Amino acid sequence: MGNFGVQFRRDLLVAIRARTETANPIAFFVLALSLFVFAVGTDSETLPRVAPGVVWVVALFAAMLSTENLFHRDHDDGSLELMLLDRRPLFLGVLGKLLAHWCVSGLPVAILSPLAAVFISAPVEIITILVGTLLLGTPVLTLIGGIGAALTAGLGRGGLLLAILVMPLYIPVLIFGSGACYRVLDEVSATGPVLWLIALLAGSITLAPFAIGAALRGSQEY
Amino acid sequence: MGAIKDAFHRMGSPRFFYHGSYLWVRGLYIGGSLGLIVGSFWGLVLAPPDKYQGDSFRIMYMHVPSAHLAEMVYFACAVAGFVYVVWRMKMADVFITAAAPVGAILTMLALASGILWGMPTWGTGWVWDMRTTSVLVLLFLFFGLMALRQAIPRPGRAAYSVAILALVGVINIPIIKYSVDWFATLHQPASITFVDEPAIETSMLWPLLFNAIGFYIFVAGVILAAMRVEVLKRERTTEWVRGITRGESA
Amino acid sequence: MNHALIEVNDLTCTVAGHRLFDRLGLTVASGDVLGLWGPNGSGKSTLLRCLAGLFEADGGVIKHAASLLYMGHRPGLNELLSPLENLRWCAGLQEKDVSPEMLLSAIHSVGLDSYKDAPCRTLSAGQMRRAALARLCISESRLWLLDEPMTSLDDDAVALVRDLIAKHRTEGGGCICATHVNLELPQTRALELGA
Repeated sequence: MGNFGVQFRRDLLVAIRARTETANPIAFFVLALSLFVFAVGTDSETLPRVAPGVVWVVALFAAMLSTENLFHRDHDDGSLELMLLDRRPLFLGVLGKLLAHWCVSGLPVAILSPLAAVFISAPVEIITILVGTLLLGTPVLTLIGGIGAALTAGLGRGGLLLAILVMPLYIPVLIFGSGACYRVLDEVSATGPVLWLIALLAGSITLAPFAIGAALRGSQEY
Repeated sequence: MGAIKDAFHRMGSPRFFYHGSYLWVRGLYIGGSLGLIVGSFWGLVLAPPDKYQGDSFRIMYMHVPSAHLAEMVYFACAVAGFVYVVWRMKMADVFITAAAPVGAILTMLALASGILWGMPTWGTGWVWDMRTTSVLVLLFLFFGLMALRQAIPRPGRAAYSVAILALVGVINIPIIKYSVDWFATLHQPASITFVDEPAIETSMLWPLLFNAIGFYIFVAGVILAAMRVEVLKRERTTEWVRGITRGESA
Repeated sequence: MNHALIEVNDLTCTVAGHRLFDRLGLTVASGDVLGLWGPNGSGKSTLLRCLAGLFEADGGVIKHAASLLYMGHRPGLNELLSPLENLRWCAGLQEKDVSPEMLLSAIHSVGLDSYKDAPCRTLSAGQMRRAALARLCISESRLWLLDEPMTSLDDDAVALVRDLIAKHRTEGGGCICATHVNLELPQTRALELGA
């Protein structure tokens, strides 16, 4: 049962030491946002209007980029075999790993989002809801992305396969996360989508680790 | 109970399936074609033009069955995935391998016919409401199944992962549908209502039923035929398949 | 003290069109050392992976009464972590707690004292193998599955492996070892694959 803490500490340590690999998605988050500003222009009313959605989409892409890193290292060096040995239960270990990964991918994005919002001229009122939905939504992205990463572990990195697999599953998170921000913008209650995000989080915390465990066993044999 | 179990086990044998499905495929093709011919003639020629849409509504006879059938095929893949994960029945994996491309084609047919219907009828080719968007997402789900299988170097080891993917996808379909529905109501101006389905008169309903049932039967035949080819491919080193390729039996 | 640690019956496995083993059966009891011999590609690694629960065979039954330790071709070490940190993680995966002193003495047994805090990426292949061997020192598993453990090792380290296996068997453990090299341990059985 100490599996969760042991795995969490180890993966956090690895992520911190793999500086470039860990920082890349966050750097992408910042860079891609600036690209949007250049594309849309700052003089119109468009930028503030699309800003919440843009932050969410870029956060989603950053999550997808960082998900590629979840299992590749452990698959290549054989550590994954040690975790999978003897058909032992993987639930807690997987959760520990995913939490460590979220701490260095989704959490920084959520923390940076107020800055990002200011950066792309988002209306000030949505900053709270933006941070809130990202805090709720990025763990879901990590969990769902973990399923895709587990299914494609060892299949070679970079490439469309992971994106094709997880994109349909990411769409509801994006819709509710971004939608909540737009509700606030339109001065309507955002409770509905926020509750949905909480439900998605609860559902994925309980179900995703099972799918990830099964997928990891399967991908060992590719 | 014993007889059902026996039948279940025998269905798992590729050889039994191959020989047993020959007549079924013939029958399904004939039955499906009949349904489609009757339905198409009735729908395209005999049924009167619609009050509002004129003749363009007739594309509904292809659009509605293909969209519904695509979703059914995905559910069937998910069920087959479950069977594979629990009982490791190889024929379940053969089913997914054969059905996923068929499902993808059906989805593309549904999307194309939807666009063709939308253009003359409402002036716009594409609309982001629940049904159209969930059909689009269904296409991505099918592509995912096919892409994952292609990407795995050892074909025999792909079955388990593809089955898991099918199961994960099917759990997500209701979530996706609800979220897109919510999204559509959020972002649509209230004055325009898209895809307002008119009450279907009987003169339209009967050809639709014939077409739909004919479609389903025909596609079932197509999937069975694809499964037969897949079985031959996988078992090509066994004696009974060698015998077939040498022309010894049908 | 002679009950079976693992019992295999009717194990069949086909990989990429090659039938590696057909209706294979074996038993390993406490104190047994079983050597797996065979040319490259004969299925030694696959068999060990099947026994370890990492690979699903096509048919057959594997019953084991003991927890397993598996050492495969890949070292199972994260290159960004030090041998000590890797070992601490391995210890954490086990049921019983392992004290810090035991970890340090394991590192000492494999002769990596001066490298215990260096990231594994700075170690040579032989040193990485030694770091992986440290797992054997702290393992509480009764059955060891080793895939060519002597690879990349110098004579001292080879002797170390022999000693570890010998000690393990006197404590009632068993070992299945795929190898190209004579194990030079008394009373070992042999299983030939690919014959």
